Formats: sequence, structure tokens, C-alpha cells
Amino acid sequence: MEYAIEIDNLTKKFGKFVAVNNVSFKIKKGDVFGFLGPNGSGKTTVIRMIMGLITPTSGTGKVLGYDVTTESEKIRSHIGYMSQKFSLYDDLTVDENLDFYAGVYKVPKNKINEKKKEILEMADLVGRENMITSNLSGGWKQRLALGCSIIHEPEILLLDEPTGGVDPIARRQFWDIIYELSKKGVTILVTTHYMDEAEHCNSIGFLYYGNILSLDTPNIMKGKIIDGDIVEIKVNDTLKSIELLKAKNGVGDASVYGSGIHAMTEHNTDLEELKGYLTENNIQVTNIKMVRPSLEDVFVFLVEKENKK
Amino acid sequence: MNFKRVLSIIRKEFFQIKRDKRTIAIIIMMPIMELLLFGYAASTSVDHIPTVVYNNDIGIESRELLDSFVNSQYFDLDYYAESIKDVQKFIDNGDAKAGIIIPPEFSDDIKNGKMAQIQLIVDGSDPTTAQTILSSAGGVVQSMSVDIIQETRGMSMPQVLDLRSRVWYNPNMSSINFNIPGLIGVILQTVTLMLTSFSIVRERERGTMEQLIVTPITKMELMVGKIVPYVIIGFVDIVLALALSVFWFKVPIAGSITLLLLFSVIFLFGSLGVGLVISTVSKSQLQAMQLSMFMIMPNILLSGYMFPIEAMPDIINKISTVLPLTYFIKVLRGIILKGNGFSQLYQEFIILTAFGLGFLLLATIKFKKKIE
Repeated sequence: MEYAIEIDNLTKKFGKFVAVNNVSFKIKKGDVFGFLGPNGSGKTTVIRMIMGLITPTSGTGKVLGYDVTTESEKIRSHIGYMSQKFSLYDDLTVDENLDFYAGVYKVPKNKINEKKKEILEMADLVGRENMITSNLSGGWKQRLALGCSIIHEPEILLLDEPTGGVDPIARRQFWDIIYELSKKGVTILVTTHYMDEAEHCNSIGFLYYGNILSLDTPNIMKGKIIDGDIVEIKVNDTLKSIELLKAKNGVGDASVYGSGIHAMTEHNTDLEELKGYLTENNIQVTNIKMVRPSLEDVFVFLVEKENKK
Repeated sequence: MNFKRVLSIIRKEFFQIKRDKRTIAIIIMMPIMELLLFGYAASTSVDHIPTVVYNNDIGIESRELLDSFVNSQYFDLDYYAESIKDVQKFIDNGDAKAGIIIPPEFSDDIKNGKMAQIQLIVDGSDPTTAQTILSSAGGVVQSMSVDIIQETRGMSMPQVLDLRSRVWYNPNMSSINFNIPGLIGVILQTVTLMLTSFSIVRERERGTMEQLIVTPITKMELMVGKIVPYVIIGFVDIVLALALSVFWFKVPIAGSITLLLLFSVIFLFGSLGVGLVISTVSKSQLQAMQLSMFMIMPNILLSGYMFPIEAMPDIINKISTVLPLTYFIKVLRGIILKGNGFSQLYQEFIILTAFGLGFLLLATIKFKKKIE
């Protein structure tokens, strides 16, 4: 069996509201699959359906060959899950939380201590075993939650916005752990709205209001999806320039990107002409160059395209 | 059912209880407070009733009569009235609960062998007190009549029927002895219901439930793991309540304490099962609290703790038969007051066991390992 997760036309309606609309994707064993999309786009609902926490309205899903609607109990011992909201026991210590999940997952007694030590080292929590969890700061909490979800060595790890609200250093530490796990053969599905995190995935899916907009590796996405060029422009008046660019023929869209502007243009744009256009309108252009589209560009492009429909 | 998983839940619950000061306060303070408050306040034994006297008689006989009222311990002659109006005033403003009026010719009538009259006025707004006043005044007057007959005629009254009554189990008819066993049941019910009704819904509110239900834990394992810690706590509470009853209120336990504790554990399973059902169907801790209050009231009123079940109308009587507390109070009174053994209580044993298993099962069925 090549795929760890196979989702086929999964749909979930809450009353009239379609939360997830005909979503299909497959995740290869050992891959890191990034699930991108704005808040409320249905990422969490998909993950919950994979775990059998929510019954799909239609469609099927298989996890390691088990059906998500009828065999969720069998699935549960093979997956580790970290929810968006911190969901360990705040009033237990680090050690007590680990012990609890080790017990619930029936980790053999002779392995518990070894496993706990490994997790504490991985999560940089050595020396904090007896701290009450609520006193830990964000990054530590997150890594402890991850630790609790992998204490039973699951084959699949589902992470729902694991790095929300933690500082960049803690985020990097977290992703280092994810790579380590991936190297060991764990299949990982991670949702995020950080584009830089998505860059690190083997493949990504864009989810937008319940619909999958695109599904590919980050590189292919950046190369193929946008029909045109991305021009990076640095100017003295960003907001005015964006308005000017949007009004210009041959420019699909323009938006703030870092300290400058990313404009989506038709292929083979004449940069000098574009610069001239801005200068005519009393804008000082300090820098203008063609750049490779980033995932953010791809995402903005896809969303614009979807909204125009 | 996997024992290891259940044990993990039990340990976790204890760690959480240990760190939650409010819960610990409920566990320890509530039984003590309730027992002390209800034990004293809910006493129905009435004595030393404040009484107003309007004595128009100047003879020795009326003084003897009043002395017997005082000696009976039921009456305290706190007020002396100058007129009928005065009597009314003392009773109206609630200073006195009873009034004794003796007419001027009282002593003369007795000396002349005529029927002498006394008037007793009773504040009937509280029927329990009024009942006590009527019966004890009747007793006082009756025994004085017998004395008078013996003195004046030098012989005893001819006896036709001789009623020799003996009160069993609670010979002093002490209301504390009667109330405390029922009270123990009520307290046990209240504490355990309150604690467990939070146990599931709290996890849902805090978001820890989601993490718990994605584990392979079964519903039964979770329910048993949630109940056992509170059975142990309930057990501690009943020992606490029994100790307080025996050593503070001096209520003697006639039967076997072991049997009493055994029944308590069985009752706890049922009561906790109700709590779990509430917790499972509630959306928030507030709702769980309201639901358990809603359950506690009929239990206190209809279980026979406050009012005798025999006096209830048929339909209410039916309701009382579906309350586990009804049977548990019967068991408590049976063992503590009457010294009942298992052979007299096996029916209650079966019923309480059925309640326990039933509610545990219901909670398990109602609980869904889903988010929706």
C-alpha cells in the first residue's frame, strides 16, 4: 500500500452550510503534506473526518486501508493528533500528562521511561518534568502536546495548526522535530497558514471555503499555476502604486509583499515601460525586477481566480 | 475493557482533584456543614414551648396544675397575662405559642367534685408544634385528673382497657436519631452528583475531550475510570458522615457497619451514574449544575427523607419508587436504627444494583466519541 491517507470526494454539510466540498487527495507514506488555507476554510473539518470525530455527509476516506466512517476505532491507535487549541490537561504536570497518554495508548511498561526521556529531550523539556503544564510558555506547551501525541509511535501524525501563536524560534524548533519524524517514516499531515512552513512540505493542498483549489508539490505549484510573471517593485508610495498598477492594462493584480509590491503581470512584461508608467504618475521607483513566484503569490492568485468565478 | 487504561484515567482524575481546592472543599466541608446544619435545624422534637398564662384562680389547685405543665418540660411559662386581650397579644406577636387560661372557679369546682375547666389556646400556624402542644397538654391534664380522683375519692379509676405501649428502635423518639440516617443519604447523593456532573462536560469545555476521544480508549473504560475516583471519595464522605453522627450526634448504629458501607458503595455507583448521564448530555458546566440541582430537589423531598412516603398521594409515591435515594434511605434507617441484616434488605440490594448498572450503561450509551 503506497498511500497512508486516501480521501475521495469527501463532503461535509452542517445544515445548509457546506464546510467541505468534494475534497479528494492522497498522501504517500512518509510524506509531509501541508494543508493550506485561510481560517474557516474547512481544514479542521477534514482532519476531524479523517479521525472519525465527524461523520462525512458523503464521500469516503481510508487511513492505512481502514475506512474513516466504519473503522475509526482501528484508525485511532495508528494516529497521533494535535488539535488547534491546546488540549492537554493544564492542571497536570508535564510528567503526568505524558504518563496519562502513555497509559491510555497502552505503551508497554518497559518502554515508557525510555519513550518519555526521548520526548523530553526532543521537546527541550528536560528539567521541567514536574512543572504544571499551565505554567509552561507557548513553545513548550506545543512541543509537549506533540510529544503526547507521538508517545505511542503512530504511523500517521495529524497536526492542526500546530505553530499558531508561538514565536519564530519555537516554530523552527517544532519543524525540526517534524522533519526528524518524517525521516523515521512517519506520515504527516499539517495544516498551516504560514507560507514559509508550507514550502517545507513534500506536497501541499490549498483549501478555500471547502474546495481544494490546487494540489501539488510546492515547486510545481510555483512554476505552473500562475499564468504570467511576478514583478517585485519597491517605491516611495506603496498604496498609491498598488492602485495605479491595478488600473493598468496587463497587470492582473498587485499587493503588498514585504516592504514592496508584487504585481502579477502577463508574460514578457516590459519592466522599463512599467517603471515609466509609475514615474509618470509621480512615483519614485527604487527597484523593479522579475521574481520567481512565492507560494503566497500562488495562493493569492488562486483565491482571486476562485473569487472571479 | 482494559485495566491499564482505566487506571490511567483514575490516576489522572485524582491528580486533578488534588490540585482543585474547590473540589476538595466540596468533598470535605459539604458533608460536615450539611450534617451540622440539618442535624440541628431540621430537628422536629419540640419542647420548652413559650407559653402565656392567664390565671384567674387563687386556689392551690391551679398552681399545682401549672407546676405539672412546667415539670413536663414541654412548656415554659414565660408570660403572665392580665386579661384575655393580653393573651391574644402575646400569641399574635409570636412571643408565645400556647396560652393557658384558668377560670376563677377552678379550685372551687375541684373541691366540690365538679368538672373543672381550663382553656388551652394553640398557635396552629406550625402544625408540628401545635400537635406537640395538644398531645402534651392532654397528657398533663390526664395525669392530674387521675391524681385528683385518687385524692378526693381515695381510689383508683376503674381500668377496662390497659394499653401498654413500647416504642422500638428509637425508644426516646429522638428526631435526630431518625433524621441523621436519611441526611447521610441526602448528603452522599448531593456531593457525588455535583462532582460527577462536571466530570465529562468540563473536559468538553476545556477542550481536553477532543484529545481524549482520538485515543483508542473505549466509552466503557472512560466511564468506569471517571466513576471509580468518586466512588472512593463518596466512600470517604460516608465514613466522615458516620463518624460525625456517632461521635457528635451520638446516634447509635444498631446494625453492621460493614453492611452499611457495602450498600453505600452500591448506591454510589447509581448516584454517580446519574451524574455521568447529566454530564454527558450537558453542553456546559452551568447546564450540568442546573440539571443536578433539578435532580437533587425531588430526591430530598420525595425520598422519604423529609416526609413519610406513606403519606404521599399515589402519583408522587410512584415517583419516589424510581429514586435510588428512596431505597438507600430505607437501608440506612434499617441498618442504623433497626439493626436490619442483609436478609431484610436483599430487595433493596437488587434494586440499587440495578440502578447502578443501569445508569452507568445509560451514560455509556449516551456518550459519543464524536465532536458534533
